[in-house]
Amino acid sequence: MASDAASLIALRNVTKVYGQGATQFQALKGVDLDIAAGDFVAVMGPSGSGKSTTMNILGCLDVPSAGTFLFRGHHVETLDRDERALLRRRYLGFVFQGFNLLSRTTALENVELPLLYRGDEKRARRATAMAALEKVGLDRWWDHTPAELSGGQQQRVAIARAIVTRPDVLLADEPTGNLDSERSVEIMELLTDLNRESGITVLMVTHEPDMAAFARTVVHFKDGLVERIETQHAQGEKVS
Amino acid sequence: MFGTTLLLALRSIRRHILRSFLTILGIVIGVGAVVTMVTLGKATTAAVQSQIAALGTNILQIRPGQGFGRGGGGPRPPDFTPEDVTAIATQIAGVTAVAPQAQASATAIYEGANWSTTINGTTAAYFQVQPWPLASGRYWTTPEEQAGKAVCIIGNTVRQNLFRGGEAVGERFRLGDVSCDVIGTLSTRGQAGFGGDQDDVVIMPIKAVQRRFTGSRDIRLMLVGVDQRYQTAGVQSAITDLLRERRTITDGREDNFNIFDTKQISDTLTGTTTALTRIVAAVAAISLVVGGIGIMNIMLVSVTERTREIGIRLAIGAVANEVLLQFLVEAVVLSCLGGLIGLVIAQAVIAGLTPLLDVPWTFDPQINMIAFAISAVIGVVFGYFPARRAAALNPIDALRHE
Repeated sequence: MASDAASLIALRNVTKVYGQGATQFQALKGVDLDIAAGDFVAVMGPSGSGKSTTMNILGCLDVPSAGTFLFRGHHVETLDRDERALLRRRYLGFVFQGFNLLSRTTALENVELPLLYRGDEKRARRATAMAALEKVGLDRWWDHTPAELSGGQQQRVAIARAIVTRPDVLLADEPTGNLDSERSVEIMELLTDLNRESGITVLMVTHEPDMAAFARTVVHFKDGLVERIETQHAQGEKVS
Repeated sequence: MFGTTLLLALRSIRRHILRSFLTILGIVIGVGAVVTMVTLGKATTAAVQSQIAALGTNILQIRPGQGFGRGGGGPRPPDFTPEDVTAIATQIAGVTAVAPQAQASATAIYEGANWSTTINGTTAAYFQVQPWPLASGRYWTTPEEQAGKAVCIIGNTVRQNLFRGGEAVGERFRLGDVSCDVIGTLSTRGQAGFGGDQDDVVIMPIKAVQRRFTGSRDIRLMLVGVDQRYQTAGVQSAITDLLRERRTITDGREDNFNIFDTKQISDTLTGTTTALTRIVAAVAAISLVVGGIGIMNIMLVSVTERTREIGIRLAIGAVANEVLLQFLVEAVVLSCLGGLIGLVIAQAVIAGLTPLLDVPWTFDPQINMIAFAISAVIGVVFGYFPARRAAALNPIDALRHE
């Protein structure tokens, strides 16, 4: 574990409560978590353990009920909706289990989308988006719509879209959940390469140990708390 | 940011071309209906006005009897005499000329062609009251008029049918039992609003018509020209007083003649067609509002259907206002597009209908601009609510939406 100073992300005693009164449900019961820049983290745990809630907070999509969330030293829990949106635009990239590409839209246009919101002019946008597609090995498929691409290819487009703005953190929610094992390994290798070569911090939710094995750090959640954190030196080799 | 939003909106419209078309259908029909109705209504008003103007403005028409539909029963009221004409022309202030008219019908025959037409006997004052330029030839002279010579000026319809469109001036033709010299031809006037073909006429000195066709000195109609500087109403009441005296109508008894003010008829008819235009335009405007509600419906459905897309955009880093603006711009672009298509369709419908309705083709830039502006406003008004709804979505819920 890195020290506080070097932490890209730091959660301190974070709680999250859904609902009110009798139907109240405490999803997070005081989570402390530090993630260093450049780490590859797999988040594991049974459903209801709080891993998705934590990911939503880390993705700046949701705010904690109490506690602090420091991102690059800034208190995210004090930011409003639009400020968090701008934070996501600048520093975060998302990859989802269901790919979540815009239908009837070419791969290139999908990858361009974050650049559009960033306000890049047309030529720079095209070039940057093509470079991202090249990185995931799909530059020849730039004019294909999601319906014309395989699941693995769609997820590669989604990854290209997530990294096109050169974010600090890539958040992947079960990125291989909809893929067969062969494609899954390809996606994991791509994520590993991005982590090593571009230095992108990867946070990945998974329930498959095979996929978690690609990560350097594995965080296990249970009952709204971090149960344990493992550090792995190499693929499949665990050091507790 | 606006350019980006416009691009996003256009891409979205292109992706859902059928849905976009259905969305704007209501606006297309609404704008098309409003523009068509108002333009045709205005054209009809203009046509009515020009037909009445052809009758002449500032003209009083005086006929025996009590006006339309009230002359039934009792003895037929007497016609006017040449002395009545002189009296009105000389004793009433503001009268420029009085043209008596005696009408008959007869068949005109020329070299085997024959044509049934109306003979209008009058004096030179007729052309003074109601200017009608000649296409060729001349008007008759005062000696010809006083002698009641069989000279005639023919309308274009008669010329076409009797002389096959050839030169008529100088020719002699038979009109009933009378041999008649053509001294002039009239310029074309076209269809009258309620009098049929104005060009189907032979005009002769009134004495000739009275002597050779009607067989009496009676005058069935007087046209009185009123000086522009005088109110027709004042002249009308002065003539009424004079004629009551001349026709010895005692106080308390109704007039046995009637005076029509063409300006009054013109105002009445113009008012009627304008009112009708407004009513029809109001009905069409309702369809425009319905079209706007149609846009709102489809946009609301679209927001629900595209919840996940909105979630993706929010996750990627779109701020709420950008999502709002995108949906708003989509709605405005769609409604403006609908407005434009509606305008084009309206022009096509107007071009197709004007010959059928026998009204002149017109292009009214004002109503086109108003209708287009309304379609844009509808886009903003009815697009705002769905757009706000889209912008308010929670990204986590939106991403989870199936």
